Amino acid sequence: MTVVWANLPALQVVIPLIGALLTGFTRRGATAFAIALVVSWIMPFIAVAMMWQVLTTGPITYHLGDWEPPWGIEYRVDLLNGFVLVLVSTIGAVIIPAARRSVAFELEERHEAWFYCMYLLCLTGLLGITVTGDAFNAFVFLEISSLSTYVLIALGPDRRALLSSFQYLVMGTIGATFYVIGVGVLYLLTGTLNMADIASRLGPIATQNFPAMVTALAFLTVGISLKLALFPLHVWLPNAYAYAPSWATAFLAASATKVAIYLLIRYYFSVFGVAINIDALPMSKIMIALSLAAMFIASLIAVFQTNVKRMLAYSSVAQIGYITLGIGLANQAGLTGGLVHIINHAIMKATLFLAVGAVFYRAYTVQLKELAGIGRRMPITMAAFTIAGFGLVGTPGTAGFISKWYLAVGALDKGWWVLVFLIVASSAIALVYIGRVLEVAWLREPSPAIAKLRDPPLSMLVPLVVLAAATIFFGFDTEWTAGIASKAATALIGGLR
Amino acid sequence: MTRIFSSEQLVLLAVLVPFAGALIIPLCHKLPNLRETVTLVTAVALCIAVVGLLAPVLHGGRPEVQIIQVVPGLELAFKVEPLGMLFALVASSLWIVNSIYSIGYMRAGNEPRQTSYYVCFAIALGSTIGIAFAKNLFTLFLFYEALTLSTYPLVTHKHNAEAIRAGRIYLLLLLGTSLILFLPAIIVTWVLAGTLDFTPGGILAGKADTIVIAVLLALFVFGIGKAAVMPVHFWLPAAMVAPTPVSALLHAVAVVKAGVFSIAKIVLYIFGLDLLTATGASTWLIYVASACILLASLIALSKVNLKARLAYSTVSQLAYIVLGAGLATTAGLNGSAVQIVMHATGKITLFFCAGAIYVATHRTEVKELDGLGRVMPVTFFAFLLGSLSIIGIPPLGGTWSKWLLALAAADAGHLIVVGVLMISSLLNIAYLLSIVGRAFFLPPRKGDNELAKGGIREAPLACVVPLSVTAIACVVLFFEINNIEALIAGALTGR
Repeated sequence: MTVVWANLPALQVVIPLIGALLTGFTRRGATAFAIALVVSWIMPFIAVAMMWQVLTTGPITYHLGDWEPPWGIEYRVDLLNGFVLVLVSTIGAVIIPAARRSVAFELEERHEAWFYCMYLLCLTGLLGITVTGDAFNAFVFLEISSLSTYVLIALGPDRRALLSSFQYLVMGTIGATFYVIGVGVLYLLTGTLNMADIASRLGPIATQNFPAMVTALAFLTVGISLKLALFPLHVWLPNAYAYAPSWATAFLAASATKVAIYLLIRYYFSVFGVAINIDALPMSKIMIALSLAAMFIASLIAVFQTNVKRMLAYSSVAQIGYITLGIGLANQAGLTGGLVHIINHAIMKATLFLAVGAVFYRAYTVQLKELAGIGRRMPITMAAFTIAGFGLVGTPGTAGFISKWYLAVGALDKGWWVLVFLIVASSAIALVYIGRVLEVAWLREPSPAIAKLRDPPLSMLVPLVVLAAATIFFGFDTEWTAGIASKAATALIGGLR
Repeated sequence: MTRIFSSEQLVLLAVLVPFAGALIIPLCHKLPNLRETVTLVTAVALCIAVVGLLAPVLHGGRPEVQIIQVVPGLELAFKVEPLGMLFALVASSLWIVNSIYSIGYMRAGNEPRQTSYYVCFAIALGSTIGIAFAKNLFTLFLFYEALTLSTYPLVTHKHNAEAIRAGRIYLLLLLGTSLILFLPAIIVTWVLAGTLDFTPGGILAGKADTIVIAVLLALFVFGIGKAAVMPVHFWLPAAMVAPTPVSALLHAVAVVKAGVFSIAKIVLYIFGLDLLTATGASTWLIYVASACILLASLIALSKVNLKARLAYSTVSQLAYIVLGAGLATTAGLNGSAVQIVMHATGKITLFFCAGAIYVATHRTEVKELDGLGRVMPVTFFAFLLGSLSIIGIPPLGGTWSKWLLALAAADAGHLIVVGVLMISSLLNIAYLLSIVGRAFFLPPRKGDNELAKGGIREAPLACVVPLSVTAIACVVLFFEINNIEALIAGALTGR
């Protein structure tokens, strides 16, 4: 037991990697699904165990292969990434039961096992980026997750999935290249790849190497921003989300962009923020301006979508804007709001995309106009959609309200009262695009095709209900969301120079 | 009651009972009689719980219950104070009457989707009680939004194009204003005062300049769209596409009164009367409310559809309550609180009558009512009583609210407001009594074969009895003014 306990950070990555290898050997979808299920269900236990360790005894540092950092790779878990690990692994565990039917329905039989293999690789990559304390190791995991994501998207039932995947491949590769250039410049400057080490060595040499350091920061920002779909680097996302298999969209929306956001926060607050006075650079203003553009422009585009999946994808771009807004505010309440929205948005978007997946599973369409009256025929599915939808709007009693509350308080703490109105105004746009779906789903008379539908099987329904319940639960009890986010924000801001 | 349950348990019961009812009603989907029994039992149980709280509150008790601390400073909690007590009493007692009326109306009209109708109604009432008993702005806001969301399916009940369009206006205007104006106002209050609790004497004194206070008040007044202060009143006429019992209880009592009640509560417990009197930050509200009173009355006069006319009358009458809050004096708020009770009883009577006329004749326009008074005497006599109460003629309850508000305005030195109130009463006579006059004194219109052949009778008993009860209540309340004022005094003197 002590062996397991001591190696938790490695196990977090190794287990899904082994799972991916095993699924690679099988051709049968059912077997692959069983492996994915078991792996996904183990992950949260490891993540929670590490989180518990962090909360009781402080950050965990783990030397891979017993090589001392900064020569060896260090895995380092603190409040911030512990929190992201728990989020990603738990979302995976909650939604994996829905995968079986949805994937079997949307994919050719020979692709099923492949799908689970790619999912597990993607999970490996995402958890790896989060757990590692090494800048280059993060790049490796970034590539693992990206490459597997390209395949996941390309497996989508529509032929346009291939084009979307290719589009993402091009942009994702540019992003990864930018990231590695940034890391390369940092390595040239400091001679190390360990993030904590970079942070401590960068400070003393920052002034004489200022242009090089800013170049590194710029490359890293653009590279990671492509991955997290920060406006206007988001163009790959709507197509990718719209044409990927439904279940993959739900998983990616809840995890991939969130992990990229984590990486950005890590560089801003734990590397550059520790080394230099980052307030002297205009990063925060740029971040806030782009976030606001995302919140308004992407929301407005979402209003005019006819495909519900695409609509939700644009909504994701807008919601990511809320998170980056919190990063830009960079004060206690604002950053807490951004961090807590990572969880809250993950839960709500997973619910919405799963619901849309369930609708597709029954109705074989996600075109809004063809979904008239579906609420009456698939009441539980659409009830979950409704709850998560109002979560996006930020009605009190849902998780979304908590995020917006912190962000608005953060804006007011800075004295930017106009920003408060912008935050609430953009959430009112969410009301319009969610309201459009609700109106069609609940108030129109069902067409003959819709009239014979019913709710999906339990394996899809249970994850939906759990996530919808979580949307409401975390609107009232925020000890494990905002509570931890607030502590993490304190730690991050406390480390700033 | 207090022997069996403690006051705190009663508070919880009052909030939870309607929600419990909403869970049980769908289980009885297949058995309409049982389903309606559940609604009635829930309504009666709620009323008993609320009445049980009356004695402790009258004796100065302020029972409170903490549910959960959502984030530090944001707390889901209830605390019963006299103003909320009064509002809860009005809403819960009228729900019983309205439930009986609903059964008559919905069955006579053979309306579809009755189960979800009763479920939404129960949730709406639970939210109303949540608003009434809210201990802080967060709790109030939570239930305020829940009330909007639960009444949306009721507004769109008919599922036709008109209902869907009205639903859009309803949701966008109410949810939109609350998100864009009300929520920022709450956040600003929180940042300024560091608390959101309703505290006697207010929490904002000395925390901000006059201009900030005035702007904050504007955010609250227009952000609380349910109060239907012009120009955010459009949702109310739009909401009239709902079945009449919804218009009666929700859009004459629960929803709109939740709006003005929230404003009164915020003026009293967030700003504090002393702060507003000292700074004059609410003077603008007096003029806005006065303008609203007159404008809405004039629009009501021009409406030929009965429910539309009643809706604009409501907009005008709600402005009386906002006016009292704007005066920011003890007498003004006293008048507002009395008006909450009196207008609720009067207007629900008028809507009940409008619904009874619809059930019996399927008529909705004022001009179609000529001569109907002779075949539907009970309905139109009740309409007369309700109208007289709204106008403010003794011995009907509405007399007192008009009198108290006029007195408060005169006391505060706003003589022009007294004039506004008198003109408004004249306008009320014009647009309300003309309806009664047509029904009783004009002969049936030419071509009105249905009426000529004697094919029209009173609506079913389940409709006629409730409207008679509320009409009588208008008279009874005239004589109960001392008890009402005694209850309100607890809120106004306890600061």
